[in-house]
Amino acid sequence: MTVKFKIYRYNPEKDAEAYVQEYELEDIEPGMMLLAALLRIKDEQDETLSFRRSCGEGVCGSDGMNINGINGLACVTAIDGLKQPVEIKPLPGLPVIRDLIIDMDQFYKQYRAVKPYLVVNDPMPEVELKQTPQQREQLDGLYECVLCACCSTSCPSFWWNPDKFLGPAALLQASRFIEDSRDQDIENRLENLEGPFKLFRCHTIMNCVQVCPKGLNPTKAIGRIKHKMVKRSL
Amino acid sequence: MSATPEQNPAEASIERRQFDTLIIGAGGGGLRAALKLAEADLSVAVVSKVFPTRSHTVAAQGGMNAALANVLPDNWHWHMFDTVKGSDYLGDQDAIEYMCRSAPKAVYELEHFGVPFSRLDNGKIYQRAFGGQSQDFGGDQAARTCAAADRTGHAILHSLYQQNIRAKTHFFDEYFAVDLLKGQDGHVLGAVVFDIHDGQIMVIEAKTTLLATGGAGQLFKTTTNALINTGDGMGMAMRAGIPLQDMEFFQFHPTGIAGRGMLITEGVRGEGGYLVNGQGERLMERYAPKAKDLASRDVVSRAIAIEIREGRGCGPNKDHVLLKLDHLGEEVIQKRLPGIRQTCITFLGIDPAEAPIPVFPTAHYTMGGIPTNRFGQVVVPVKDTPEEPVAGLYAAGECACVSVHGGNRLGGNSLLDILVFGRAAANHIIEYLQENKYHRALDEEQMKLVVEKAQQYNNTAGGSSSEKIETVAGLRKELKQVMEEHCGVFRNKEILEQGVVRVEQLVLRMKNVKIDDSSFTFNTAKVEAFELENLMAVAVATIHSAAAREESRGAHSRIDFPDRDDKAWMRHSLYSFDNGLDYKPVRTKPMSVASFPPKPRVY
Repeated sequence: MTVKFKIYRYNPEKDAEAYVQEYELEDIEPGMMLLAALLRIKDEQDETLSFRRSCGEGVCGSDGMNINGINGLACVTAIDGLKQPVEIKPLPGLPVIRDLIIDMDQFYKQYRAVKPYLVVNDPMPEVELKQTPQQREQLDGLYECVLCACCSTSCPSFWWNPDKFLGPAALLQASRFIEDSRDQDIENRLENLEGPFKLFRCHTIMNCVQVCPKGLNPTKAIGRIKHKMVKRSL
Repeated sequence: MSATPEQNPAEASIERRQFDTLIIGAGGGGLRAALKLAEADLSVAVVSKVFPTRSHTVAAQGGMNAALANVLPDNWHWHMFDTVKGSDYLGDQDAIEYMCRSAPKAVYELEHFGVPFSRLDNGKIYQRAFGGQSQDFGGDQAARTCAAADRTGHAILHSLYQQNIRAKTHFFDEYFAVDLLKGQDGHVLGAVVFDIHDGQIMVIEAKTTLLATGGAGQLFKTTTNALINTGDGMGMAMRAGIPLQDMEFFQFHPTGIAGRGMLITEGVRGEGGYLVNGQGERLMERYAPKAKDLASRDVVSRAIAIEIREGRGCGPNKDHVLLKLDHLGEEVIQKRLPGIRQTCITFLGIDPAEAPIPVFPTAHYTMGGIPTNRFGQVVVPVKDTPEEPVAGLYAAGECACVSVHGGNRLGGNSLLDILVFGRAAANHIIEYLQENKYHRALDEEQMKLVVEKAQQYNNTAGGSSSEKIETVAGLRKELKQVMEEHCGVFRNKEILEQGVVRVEQLVLRMKNVKIDDSSFTFNTAKVEAFELENLMAVAVATIHSAAAREESRGAHSRIDFPDRDDKAWMRHSLYSFDNGLDYKPVRTKPMSVASFPPKPRVY
């Protein structure tokens, strides 16, 4: 099978503005993932094509990009199902460094802003803190995030206020600790999310749910936080 | 003694920074050490070529071994026995004792850091059975592997990164380390790095340097490893004159997805899955009557390779075997193995709850590496001393060879290795810094050479040369093919010697590499060129060490020398650019218990 690609190119050292470059690959095998195609283009046709990648199996979250208008990880997106020519752009809403590589500083800043680490104030036991399987189940669907930014960069609320709205990825992390039976900072975590922007800019557009390559549901997580905030204020 | 920036002769514009410790690599080993050091109020720089949570620790699935005895009776001494036996008696028993004794504490620490381990009904950490584990020194199967579903590495790496956020560790994300810096007296004093974002070179001076760069699975064509696993720290060590140890021992994981390489955790077999050949037989009954599918990885990988070689493979080409787990039921699979289920659906269109997974032994883990003692200090032979520390230099994790894995690593011991020895290295660094309070003077000439090296691909695009121009992609493809063909599961003299010649030819051709990208902005072509140099160095050490070892031990299986030969070969290989091959004894004396003498290895 021959497949055509239209890929966003931009190198600030050379290009006044971004442009689209076309590539064509022959012998695409059934089941081949998009990342494999990009690697072939880089190896066989154009060494300058730039993108991030690492694990190649959807666990490290490096290769988030916009594929035919939808955010996803190239390594777990099969070419078979894609309309041709396959249009590939960087994730939207954050500055482009080069080609498909975006500057994720803002995204990471929002992640750090929710204090994404377990806080235990009591003295630690010499063994594990106990947690029942039911308590642990509360973390399913929250802890698996790979920080690929597909969700936050698909969210209109994040596009308009990337500095004020924390975005779905960071809020999912907030929920991951709020729901952890071991955490002892839940009051502060909820307090930290008050105000019109940080959390409440979520208008349940649910783009985040549609694009998450891990099948997670940030909108639901945000709903869980809202519920806890309401309960707290009563 | 601290050098002043004005003295920098290399280039006025090059930034110089000073830290107590430079850590290269932000996987589990690097992050564990960083956390310990940051909490000790030391200034720590962590340099990583990828954002920390992209490191390959994230891909570890099955879990981490520790004798917690949460499910079945257990103690660290049994764990130690299993690890020594698993190593095929090439592991160093002091380091193994230290690791197995430290394991429970390492797991509890992680739990306190927030790792969302799966749980038992009594609220304790869930533990599953894994290969090579026994109770009572070779008795019944043990359940020693602490798991967070089948995403244990992800859970651990993210929690460690999160704790480093809390501790405000200083990260240089997406910086590439080129080579180590030295003082006149041989101390290692940091590294030259460049910022991948803008190509700017920076000199990081450090009183201590920890290499935590991971393995070199990209040596092989089919691999479970991430594309970033290019043996960078090993390459840097070799160029600094340090030998690599036991590189002929490369683990082939029995269950990579056939032809594709994605890892299917040993946890599948730990939960009750098993391997089936083309005749529908449970093949492991023939090779390991007692442990069956939970024999050591080297044993299971060889068994699969033999079945296929003898015509009992599955599929139209009889080129794989099947891993069956549908009998576990959808609930167990969804609860304990959700990650590999998704991987199979994504990459094969197969739901393992309904149909078996085609698997084949796949390059997975570098048992060898930079030689260290159990404090994480890099050690080299000096005159009659086989293990003399290199002042200021440490290594931990897959890039290091302590050696706790010897000839074959047990599943669940690699996460343990990175956490125990990342922490041990940090502890020793803290001690070392109390005695070594000030920065030493760099060897400015050596630094100049390293800075030049960091610039070597800056303007190769379009350059003319009388030699044939080579591409990174072309040479890399050939190297992976050569290693796959000449250094695989089964080896013999002829194949290995051809491999040595072919690898050395590739190394020579590396000098003619040109890259087509002269940009300073996120130049991934340049990064890949440096990575390939590191892979080449690792390949040279690996193929030479393999060709020389005339016995079969652990993962190194010689068809022409099928038996283990303890008299001649119970010793570690060392390979360096300057001296070629050398050997040193195995540390058979544990810290406190009796030594486990070599025995025939039966599962």
